[in-house]
Amino acid sequence: MFAHIIQTLPQVLIDGLTLGAVYAIIALGYTMVYGILELINFAHGEIFMSGAFIGTAILIGLTGVGWIAAFPAVVTLILVLLITSVATGLLGMGIERVAYRPLRKSSKLITLITAIGMSFLLQDFVRFITELKNGNYIVNTPALFSGKVSVSASSLSSSFDDATFKVTFIVVLIVALCLMIGLEIFVNRTKWGMAMRAVAQDPDTASLMSINVNKVISLTFFIGSALGGATGVLFALHYGTIDPYIGFILGLKAFTAAVLGGIGNIRGAMFGGLMLGILEMFAAANLSTITGNVLGAEYKDVFAFAILILVLIFKPEGLFGKAVTEKV
Amino acid sequence: MLSKKMLSILATTVLSVGFVAGCGSNSTSGEDKGSNVIKIATQSPLSGGSATLGEAIKLGAQLALDEEKDTFEKLGYKLQLVPYDDQGDPKKGVANAQLIGSDKAVYGVIGHLNSGVTIPSSETYEKYSIPMISPASTATDVTDRKLKTVNRIVARDDFQGPAGAEYAVKELKAKNIFVIQDKTAYGQGLADAFKTAAEKEGAKIVGFEGITVGEKDFNGVLNQVSKEKPDLVYFGGLYAEGGLLIKQARDKGITAKFMGGDGLDSSTLVDIAGDAVKDTYLTSVAGDASKTQFAKDYEKKFNKKVESYSVYGYDSMKVMLQGIQKAIEDNDKKLPSHEAVRDAVRGIKEYKGELTQVGFDEKGDNKYAKIFIYKFDAPSYPAKLEGEISQ
Repeated sequence: MFAHIIQTLPQVLIDGLTLGAVYAIIALGYTMVYGILELINFAHGEIFMSGAFIGTAILIGLTGVGWIAAFPAVVTLILVLLITSVATGLLGMGIERVAYRPLRKSSKLITLITAIGMSFLLQDFVRFITELKNGNYIVNTPALFSGKVSVSASSLSSSFDDATFKVTFIVVLIVALCLMIGLEIFVNRTKWGMAMRAVAQDPDTASLMSINVNKVISLTFFIGSALGGATGVLFALHYGTIDPYIGFILGLKAFTAAVLGGIGNIRGAMFGGLMLGILEMFAAANLSTITGNVLGAEYKDVFAFAILILVLIFKPEGLFGKAVTEKV
Repeated sequence: MLSKKMLSILATTVLSVGFVAGCGSNSTSGEDKGSNVIKIATQSPLSGGSATLGEAIKLGAQLALDEEKDTFEKLGYKLQLVPYDDQGDPKKGVANAQLIGSDKAVYGVIGHLNSGVTIPSSETYEKYSIPMISPASTATDVTDRKLKTVNRIVARDDFQGPAGAEYAVKELKAKNIFVIQDKTAYGQGLADAFKTAAEKEGAKIVGFEGITVGEKDFNGVLNQVSKEKPDLVYFGGLYAEGGLLIKQARDKGITAKFMGGDGLDSSTLVDIAGDAVKDTYLTSVAGDASKTQFAKDYEKKFNKKVESYSVYGYDSMKVMLQGIQKAIEDNDKKLPSHEAVRDAVRGIKEYKGELTQVGFDEKGDNKYAKIFIYKFDAPSYPAKLEGEISQ
C-alpha cells in the first residue's frame, strides 16, 4: 500500500500544486477583504469566474484578428492578464461601492447576505451574456500554450513513477508566484500597504492619522479582485473549459483555504490554498487504496474538510493566524 | 397614532381584496375562451448544463405539434404548446408539474430529460391523470412504479448498461475496465448495470470511482486510472464532466478507449474534448436522425442542427397527439376526459414514428426501443453509428 502511494506521488504533487495555486490566489482575495472589513465577500468566487470569462473573450477576440499567430504567447498572456485584472479590479471596486459601503455601519449578517446576492447576480448575468451567442453557456478557451512535459521521476528513485504535466502548469505556477510575491512586497513595503495594514488594525484611529479609509478599502477590493480575475484567466488557460458556475465550488474551497491558513493573514492564505489543493488531490488518488476500496475518490472533500476541522480544533485561529483579543 | 394604523390596515385590506378579485376574474375569463384549446406541455431543461438537449426536445415537439395543427383544426380544436423549464432540477420539475396539473386545458406532457426529474414529477401527473411521454428518461424506476400516466419511447438503463458491456467485451475485447460515475441516479445506475454485466461477460473491473458534478479538475481519479492501465474506461454521467474527463485523460497520456452512455451524446462533448474525443464510444438510446426528412425540416425551421433527442421529442409528441385524437374520436368529437386520453395513449401498440417504432407495454415501456453504439473517429458530431442492439 505504501509503495503504491509513493509511486504516484510526483504526479499527485504536480496536479495538487496546480489546483492549490488557484485556491491560494483566490483565498488572498477573501483574506484581504476580511482582514480589513471583517466581511466575508462571497461574491469573490464570482469575480474569479468573471475574470475567466473576460480573459476568454479577449483571447477569442485576439484569435479572430490573427494576433495570436503574430505575437509570442507570453506577450499575449501578459496583455490578457493585465486587461482582465484591471476589469475585474474595477468590478470589485464597483461591487464594494454599490453593495457594501452603504451597509457598512449595519450588522455583519446583512452585508453577508448582499454578498450572496451579488454572487447570484453575477452568475446569472454572465450566463445571460454567454447564452446570447449560441444558447450554451459552457465556453472553451482557445489554447495559448500547448505541449506536455514528462518528468522522469523514476530516474531519481526507482520507487517513483514518471509524471507528465502540461506547459500551462508552469505558467500557472510562475504567474501565481509572481502575484503572491508582488502582493507581499506591496503590503509590507509601500506607503499604501502600510495604510492598508493600519486600517485593518483600527479604522477609526487610522482615519485620525489622515488616512482616507474609504480609499484604502476601495484599493483593497481592487487588488483582491484583480488577483481573482487574473486567477480566472489562469484557470481558463489550464482547464480549457469554463462555465458561469465555476466560482461557487472553487470560491467555497478557497474560503476554506483562507480559514485553514488563518483568515486575515496573507501568507496563511497562500499556504492554506496550496495545502488544500495537495490534500484534495492526494485523497482523490489514494483514498480507495488506503481504505481498501471502502471509500472511493468521491470522498476527497470529506477527507480534506476533516483535516480542516482537526486543524481548527487544535488551532482555532488557523495555522498562521494570531490569536487576537476581540476589538471593542 | 391609532387612526394612522387603522388607515394603513384598511388600505392593505382594500388592496388585497382588489388583487384577489382581479386574479379571480382573470382565470374565469381564460377558461371561457379556452374550452376548445388543447394544450400540450413540454418539460425539459431550457437553461443549465443540459440546455442543449432540453432545447432539442422542445423544438422537436414543437415541430410535430405545428404539423398536426391542421388535423386538429378540422376536429374543432386548437393545439397549443406550453414549454416549461425544469432546469434539470427535481424541485423545479415538481413545481412546474403542479402548475400543469392546475391547468385543465393541458392534456399531455412531453418530458423530462433527466430521470431524476421525471420520477418525482410524474407522481403529480398521476394525481391529475395527465399522460406523460418521456423522450429521454432511461432509469428503471421511471416505469417500474407502474403508474398509468407514465410512458417512454426510449430503452431502459438496465438494457443500456449491459448492451454497452456486451459491446465492450465482445467487440472491443476489453479485459481490464475502469468505471467512473458521477454519483447521480442516472450515472450511478448506468455504471452499476455496466459493471455487473461486464463482470458476467468475463472482464475484470480494476476500479470503480466517483466524481462530483460541477467540478473541473478530475486529475485525482485519473491518476488512479493511469496507474491501473485499463483497456477501457467507462463513464456513467453527462457530457459536461465526460468531455473534461476525456480531455484531461488524454493530456495525462492515457490511451485507453473511453465509453459512456447516452448522457455523453451531445455536440458539446466534442466542443469540450476537442481532438481528444477520438476513440470514444457511446451507447445511446437515440438513433441517428441526421439523414431523415425530419432533420431537413428541423434545420429549415429552427436554423439549428438536430441533436440526439430532437427526433424523440418529435416522435413523442406525434404519439401523444395520436392518443388524444383517438380519444376525441371515441368521444364523438367532444372533448374527452383526462382519464380517456391517458388510456388512449397507453393503448398505442403500433405506431411508425420518424425514427422509432412505438408500442407501449403494460408498464409504459416501448417494446421496440433499441440501443445504438456510436464511435467518434474525428472531433465532429454526430458520431459514427457502429451498430444497434435490439431488446
